[in-house]
Amino acid sequence: MSIPKLDFLIGGVGGQGALTASDILAEVGMFAGYDVKKSEVHGFSQRGGVVESHVRWGDEVLSTLGEEGRIDVLLALELLEGARWASYLKPGGLAIVSRQELIPISVSSGNAHYPPADTLEEVARRATDRVHFVDALTIAEDLGNARASNTVVLGLLSTFLDVPEEVWLRVIRRRVPSKHVTVNERAFAAGRELRR
Amino acid sequence: MHVDNAILKEHGIEGGPLRTLLLGNEAIARGAYEAGVAFACGYPGTPSTEILQSLAQYHEVRSEWATNEKVALDTALGAAYAGHSALAVMKHVGVNVAADTLFSASYSGVKAGLVIVTADDPGIHSSQNEQDNRQYARFAKIPMLEPSDSQECKDFVRLGLEISRQFDTPVFLRTTMRISHGKSIVELGERIVNDSGPREFEKHPHKYVLIPAHAQRRHPIVEERVRKLRAFADTFERNQIEWRNRKLGIIASGHAYLCAREVFPDASFLKLGMAYPLPEKLVRELAAGVERLIVVEELDPFYEEQILAWGIAAEGKSIFPITGELRTSTIRERAIQAGLLPADSDIAIADPANDAEPFVAMVRPPALCPGCSHRGVFYLLRKKRLIVFGDIGCYSIGVLPPFNAMDTVTCMGASIGVAHGALQAGITDKSVAVIGDSTFFHSGIAPLVNQVYNGGGGVTLILDNSATGMTGAQGNPGTGGTLMGEQHRPVDIAQVVRGLGVEDVWTVNAFDMEALDGAIEAALAVEGRPAVVVVREECVFVERPGPGVLTVLTEPCTACGICFKVGCPAILKDEAHLFRGKRPKAMIDPLMCTDCDICRQVCPFDAIVSVR
Repeated sequence: MSIPKLDFLIGGVGGQGALTASDILAEVGMFAGYDVKKSEVHGFSQRGGVVESHVRWGDEVLSTLGEEGRIDVLLALELLEGARWASYLKPGGLAIVSRQELIPISVSSGNAHYPPADTLEEVARRATDRVHFVDALTIAEDLGNARASNTVVLGLLSTFLDVPEEVWLRVIRRRVPSKHVTVNERAFAAGRELRR
Repeated sequence: MHVDNAILKEHGIEGGPLRTLLLGNEAIARGAYEAGVAFACGYPGTPSTEILQSLAQYHEVRSEWATNEKVALDTALGAAYAGHSALAVMKHVGVNVAADTLFSASYSGVKAGLVIVTADDPGIHSSQNEQDNRQYARFAKIPMLEPSDSQECKDFVRLGLEISRQFDTPVFLRTTMRISHGKSIVELGERIVNDSGPREFEKHPHKYVLIPAHAQRRHPIVEERVRKLRAFADTFERNQIEWRNRKLGIIASGHAYLCAREVFPDASFLKLGMAYPLPEKLVRELAAGVERLIVVEELDPFYEEQILAWGIAAEGKSIFPITGELRTSTIRERAIQAGLLPADSDIAIADPANDAEPFVAMVRPPALCPGCSHRGVFYLLRKKRLIVFGDIGCYSIGVLPPFNAMDTVTCMGASIGVAHGALQAGITDKSVAVIGDSTFFHSGIAPLVNQVYNGGGGVTLILDNSATGMTGAQGNPGTGGTLMGEQHRPVDIAQVVRGLGVEDVWTVNAFDMEALDGAIEAALAVEGRPAVVVVREECVFVERPGPGVLTVLTEPCTACGICFKVGCPAILKDEAHLFRGKRPKAMIDPLMCTDCDICRQVCPFDAIVSVR
C-alpha cells in the first residue's frame, strides 16, 4: 500500500445518518485492501446530540480513534459540526463540510444563538486551505430524498481517494435500503460532479 | 491502488475464510454462536445492547431479554447447571444488580461453560458512573478476559467457555465502550457445539445448594481455583510479551493497549488478554528485561496495585489519569510531561498554525425526540414545580432545560424508594416519583410494594411507552414482544399495581394534556396511601403519534414562547417573523414534526394547527 494510514472523522448530529456514512467508508476501505477500524457512539448521546465517528484505514490500524491534530480527512454533515471538529485536522488536511444547519434545542428553549454561517466557515478555513463546502442537503432534496445528502458528501470524497468508483457503488448498494439505491447512486454521482 | 480479492473472500467465493467488519458487540454474538452457546440472556444497556440483538439472528441460540440483570444471570446460570453453554450480557452497572448471583455462582461453579459479558463505559457516555468492573473479577474470584478488537471479542467467547469448563467457574468477558462500539475486521468460522447438555438435571447439591455447610466447603475450592488460574495465566496464549526496544516496557490491555502502541511504537509490551488473574511470571520477565516499566490502564490502578504488591517497580497512575476514557492524545500528553517522550512529538502543540484562539462550539444537549410521549408529563411537572424523584431512561432528559424537572436520578429502579424515604423523613414539598415501564419491571415493583407495606403516601408516575426506549425500543413484559420475535401475553402495568395493593390508580393518554393534568392532580390529592398514574402512549420509535404535521399560523402567534417550553427539537425560532419587531415567532420543521399535538394544546393563542 502506498500510504501507511488514512484517518477520517465524520462529524454530525444524531439522526443524520453519520453512522451509515462511516459504515460505508469503513467497508470501502476493507474492500480496497486496507486494515480498517471504526468507532461510533450509541445511547444517550444519540438523542439529537453530537455524533463523532472515526474511520481509519492503514496497513495495521491500532486504536479505533484518530487523534486531534492528526486527522487526514474531516467529513462534516453539518456546518457547526464542521467548526467543532476542525481542530482535529492535521495541517493541510482535507475537509468536506455540508452547509446544512441543524439548530440545537438550547437555541429555542434557552438563550443560546447559533453562530452565523460565515463565522463557522471561517473556523474550518482557518484549520486548512483544503476545505470544500457543499450544499449537500439542497442537492439531495433536488434528487428527491433529503436523506441521501451524506452520499453526496461521500461522492465528493471519492474523487480525492484512489479507490475505483465501482467499489464505492458496490458498498452503497449493500448498505442502503433497496428502494433508496437509485437516489443514492445519483447522489453519489452528483457529489463526484462537484469536483469537475 | 487495486481492489484485492477481499470482496470475493467476504462472500466466501475464493475459498478463504469469510472476512467482514463487525462491531465488537456483533463479534461477541458471532463468537457465542460459533462456540456453541445454547442460551443467552441479558438486559439492554449501553454499550452492551447489540450483543443480544445480534445474537437473536442465530436461531440455534435461544436468546432472551430478561427483566433485569440478576434475573439474566440466574437464568444463564440455570442453563449452565443444566449442561448448556450460556452467555449472560449486561452493562457495567448491570453487574451490580446481578452481583448477588455472581458471588454464589463463583462458589457453586458451573457444569457447562458460562461467560458473563460486562460492557464498561469509561468516559460515562451513557451511564451514571464509570466503575471499573475488573474489580469484580478479583472480588468474586473469577477470571476475566479483555479483548482489544472485534476479532478478539469473537475468539475470547470461545476461550472463555473453555476456561469456564476447565476450571468450573463463570468467566467474565469485559469490554469497554470503544471495543463494544468499535468495528474491525473479523474472520468468520463455523458453529461447533461442544456440550449438547443432558436433558435430565444432574444433581450436585454439595455444589449447587449453598447452605452454610456446603458453602464452607466450597470456599477453599474457590481459593484453590484462583491459585490454579494464576498459573494458567502465565501460559494463556493471549497474554503475550512483544519484545521491541528494552528502554521502556508497557503493560496494558484492551483499548488502552492499542492507544499505547500508537504512542510508543518502539516499546516492549506485555499485552494482557486476561485482566484477572495477572500472569506473574510474564510481568516479572518484562520487568527484568526493560529499564523502565509503566502500566497504561483506563480507570483504576488495577494492574498497577497487583504489580506493586509483588514488589515490582512500576509507574501508572502517577503519569496517567484515573478518571475518564484514555485517548491516544491523553497518553501522548502525559507521556511528554513524564519525560517518556520528547515534547516535539505532539503535532498539535508544535504546529504554530494552531496558535489562533481555539473555536469552542456550542453544546448540543440531548433532547426528547419529536413525538416523544414523555414530553407532556415534563411540561406539566415543570409548571407544577414538584420535587421529582427520577429514574434511568430517556426521561432523565427531564433534568435539562426547558423542563428542569428532575431532582434525583440514582440508578435503575431507585425513584420510588428514594421518594418513599424522603417522604418518610418528613419533606413537606409535593413530590412525584417518575419511572418508565421497562425500569418498573426491572426493579420498580419491590419499592412500590414496600411503599404499600410501610404505609407510605407517595405519587408514582409510570411512563409506559411500550418500549425500553433509550437502548432502541426493545420489547419488555408490558409489550409481550420478545427478543426472538415471539408475542406473549402483555403484562398490564395498572393491573400489577393494583395487585400490589395500590388502590388509587389512573391510566391516561400521554398526549391528552387535560386528562394528564387532571390525573396528576387527583393523585397528588390522595393522602396517606400510595397513588399511581400510568401514562400510556407508544415510544415514537414504536409508533408515530399522528398522521399529519403541526404548523404555526404566523398571524396569531405572539412569540410568547410557551411552545418553546415543551422542549421539542421540531419547534424553532422564526427569525424572519418577529413579534412587534423584536421577539422571533415560532415555526415548526415539517420534516421533524410527528403530529403529537402537545404544542397545539399548550398554545394559548390557537396559533398551532394540524395539517395533513
